[in-house]
Amino acid sequence: MTGKTEISRRDAIKIKAATLAAAAAGISGPASAANLVTESKETELKWSKAACRFCGTGCSVMVATKDERVVATHGDILSEVNKGLNCVKGYFLSKILYGEDRLTQPLLRKTNGVYDKEGEFTPVSWDEAFDTMAEKFKKALNEKGPTSVGMFGSGQWTVWEGYAASKLMKAGFRSNNIDPNARHCMASAVGGFMRTFGIDEPMGCYDDLEAADAFVLWGSNMAEMHPILWTRLTDRRLSAPHVKVAVLSTYEHRCFDLADIKMVFTPQTDLAILNYIANYIIQNDKVNKDFVSKHVNFRRGNDDIGYGLRPEHPREKDAKNRLKAGGSTEMSFEEFANFVKDYTLESVHELSGVPKNRLEALAELYADPNRKVTSFWTMGFNQHTRGVWCNNLIYNIHLLVGKISEAGNSPFSLTGQPSACGTAREVGTFSHRLPADMLVAKKEHRDIAEKIWKLPEGTIPPKPGYHAVLQNRMLKDGKLNAYWIQVNNNLQAAPNMNEETYPGYRNPDNFIVVSDAYPTVTAQAADLILPTAMWVEKEGAYGNAERRTQMWHELVPAPGEAKSDLWQLVEFSKRFKVEEVWSEDLIAKKPEYRGKTLYDVLYRNGQVDAFPTSDIAEGYANHEADDFGFYLQKGLFEEYAAFGRGHAHDLAPFDVYHEVRGLRWPVVDGKETKWRFREGSDPYVKAGSGLEFYGHKDGKARIFALPYEPAAEAPDDEYAFWLCTGRVLEHWHSGSMTQRVPELYKSFPDAVCFIHPEDAKAQGLRRGDEVRVISRRGEIQTRVETRGRNKPPQGLIFVPWFDASQLINKVTLDATDPISKQTDFKKCAVKLAKV
Amino acid sequence: MLRHSIAFSFFVAIALLFFGLDRVAADNIATLRGPAPLIEQEEAPRMMPFNNNDIREVRNYPEQPPVIPHKTDGYIVDLNSNKCLSCHARSRTGESQAPMVSITHFMDRDGQFRASVSPRRYFCSQCHVSQREVKPLVENSFIDVDTLLLERAKQQ
Repeated sequence: MTGKTEISRRDAIKIKAATLAAAAAGISGPASAANLVTESKETELKWSKAACRFCGTGCSVMVATKDERVVATHGDILSEVNKGLNCVKGYFLSKILYGEDRLTQPLLRKTNGVYDKEGEFTPVSWDEAFDTMAEKFKKALNEKGPTSVGMFGSGQWTVWEGYAASKLMKAGFRSNNIDPNARHCMASAVGGFMRTFGIDEPMGCYDDLEAADAFVLWGSNMAEMHPILWTRLTDRRLSAPHVKVAVLSTYEHRCFDLADIKMVFTPQTDLAILNYIANYIIQNDKVNKDFVSKHVNFRRGNDDIGYGLRPEHPREKDAKNRLKAGGSTEMSFEEFANFVKDYTLESVHELSGVPKNRLEALAELYADPNRKVTSFWTMGFNQHTRGVWCNNLIYNIHLLVGKISEAGNSPFSLTGQPSACGTAREVGTFSHRLPADMLVAKKEHRDIAEKIWKLPEGTIPPKPGYHAVLQNRMLKDGKLNAYWIQVNNNLQAAPNMNEETYPGYRNPDNFIVVSDAYPTVTAQAADLILPTAMWVEKEGAYGNAERRTQMWHELVPAPGEAKSDLWQLVEFSKRFKVEEVWSEDLIAKKPEYRGKTLYDVLYRNGQVDAFPTSDIAEGYANHEADDFGFYLQKGLFEEYAAFGRGHAHDLAPFDVYHEVRGLRWPVVDGKETKWRFREGSDPYVKAGSGLEFYGHKDGKARIFALPYEPAAEAPDDEYAFWLCTGRVLEHWHSGSMTQRVPELYKSFPDAVCFIHPEDAKAQGLRRGDEVRVISRRGEIQTRVETRGRNKPPQGLIFVPWFDASQLINKVTLDATDPISKQTDFKKCAVKLAKV
Repeated sequence: MLRHSIAFSFFVAIALLFFGLDRVAADNIATLRGPAPLIEQEEAPRMMPFNNNDIREVRNYPEQPPVIPHKTDGYIVDLNSNKCLSCHARSRTGESQAPMVSITHFMDRDGQFRASVSPRRYFCSQCHVSQREVKPLVENSFIDVDTLLLERAKQQ
């Protein structure tokens, strides 16, 4: 297209547009001459801050409301995170509340006026909805005990929603069968942190983006998945030409557009590349010996740990350390050096397919003592049957050269969801965790929780509950029977839908409740649907990937009878008498609780209800406070904060967060922490130590010797392709919000199969052809895309999972990391067939 | 699984016979997919072309990044060049008659204007997207503020 023809084409367009405008003006008539409203009373918008509803970046947005409706949003100029920017999703936040099919009343499956698992969705009152639900939960509790009830929550829950849910399940129903969808997204990162550092979440912060001399992306497509962090990285790379960007992935994506070192590797061989870099550092005498001797221990991790499949699967039977996956033994530096020495340039090049000069260039970025390196990773590492290992191995590299906990030197685990850190991890909504990194399996941790919660000793069960994938298996097997899903779309999101999720939800023994704003496929597979307030229809708090806690007020009312997840949890708790859910032995330890409801015991305990409604900031509504008569969110937050204060997880007082653009914990004496473990930045580091990895009792971090092991399922003659799934920039997760924004829908309406042109040709496929993507578990039909943003190598296809009509998780495998229990959504074997 | 699938299809067929389409719709509520049961699938929609008519679309609010009224497939924006700026850069708009990139794009992280577009705004597709010629699956009832003011004026 030349400039010349451009002008003439644009001229024609201008004429066309002018004609259209004139026609439009003609319709409205000359009476509309005063076409600008200028009266300030009329044009005034009420602007309030909120955290973005979407990814883990945690941008702050300004939200304009008028007449109880959101009318505009934009990036918050005062926010350190995004400084006025949003990505395309963020800019369209205004419209996510207004899909025409918002759920506005509870829907229960009924036949002839009574509940029936095979019945049709019928509008019911909240009373009837909760009555039916309580009956089903009580039946399960009575017949099979606490392990037969469960909940699947979210890294998109607000902090107090996750906290209230965790309390209801673990203390109220005494079931640890609560897990967040963050299990699908962050569990391996948590496992990596706990193993290497003994404390969860990144030591660095986003300020690293302006300080690093090199960035390495390991299985992180930041350009699409963390777009605003990508703008900061791009800013740094283009403003400071000495900066280098290395990108590793199993296919080319948009981050490659900025990359100096581009690396497409064979799936699963990231493990070998990581060990090669450690070996390179040792062989070239680039180990920071002073740092290592002061701050690091070495351990040999158990190998051959299995693939988290059902125990009867042949791959599990053969795995020698299946039941001791997280185990390790001490070793010396020399033994570690010996362990990685087999990961030579030659062998890793052969295994990974990455050219030797690029592997060396990558290793040199880390080895060069004069270069500050920030590594980023997300689902490429975490959704991996060796996800915890990947996390451990990247820390190995940073620890060997001492590039950690200072501006620009940062191994940085990015988080997927807006509150995967704030809610799922910090609140501890996982089936094995309690707030502030504590574990249900540890007696002293349960004691602390029971004391803060004013509960009798022994309330919280010691055995970890069912994790995400296990919940689906237990639903299918009929062992988990009353099940509540909030703020996620797990039928679409969970792996192996055909064999596990769907049969589990539709199992006649089970009662499935879904709380959602929209009728998702998960809602369709449920028995009871609860209409739910979303985002700024309720007061909220999220915690982002750099430990930043952010809050927002309720800004508009929810439609119809929709209620927040928090309201639902607390209101539901009123239907259970302590005697109905606790044993007599337990009640005997706190006889004053006899006759009370779970609402009284959990939420009217003198702490959660300690703050009056008059504490709510002027000018903002709070529907929960209206209904319960106290400032529920503040009470929950302050009780929750008691877990972390004084224990390196300090949060500021509640009211502060409504004033500031978030603060990074630990917040001590009003001061946030940018780099943890570093003296001068982190108040928990002992004076004079300079650096202290205080998560472990000995103050040291751990380097782990862990090998390359193959994937759970690799292509063979019949299923010849790797399938990798993931997101696209324009859609958030399963698309339940963004697919209802017309501009976002039109930008990427349907899933496609990204495939190498030669592979397509060999299969007799052309761009746009319909194709079946088939695994041993299920199949979908989609369209062939040989161009565009993702360029897979031969032998691999990429299919996004946002599309509710092309459910790619019918195809995926429910193999998980045996340590973290997180699914590998990036690797399974498929074949293709032209339709 | 297959048995389940057959049972489900059978249920749908019976439901169709006895209750008619409306009643079956009470089960098939997931509006972002077609009528196929969850464990089945219809034909995948055809890939539709991008709108390329160059007619600007009205923004929902002034802060919204405009959608791109032309196709952008094959546009290269990388370390070496930015195809979008070959028309939308300030210096090129005389020749191209394309809209100039917004003045906000010259501001750096500290809100200072720079001599050229800030590198933080370099990758245009992070905010601006082309639109395929498809109909939304679900309508959106967002009301822009002008309409809201007009409604209010009418009521008064």
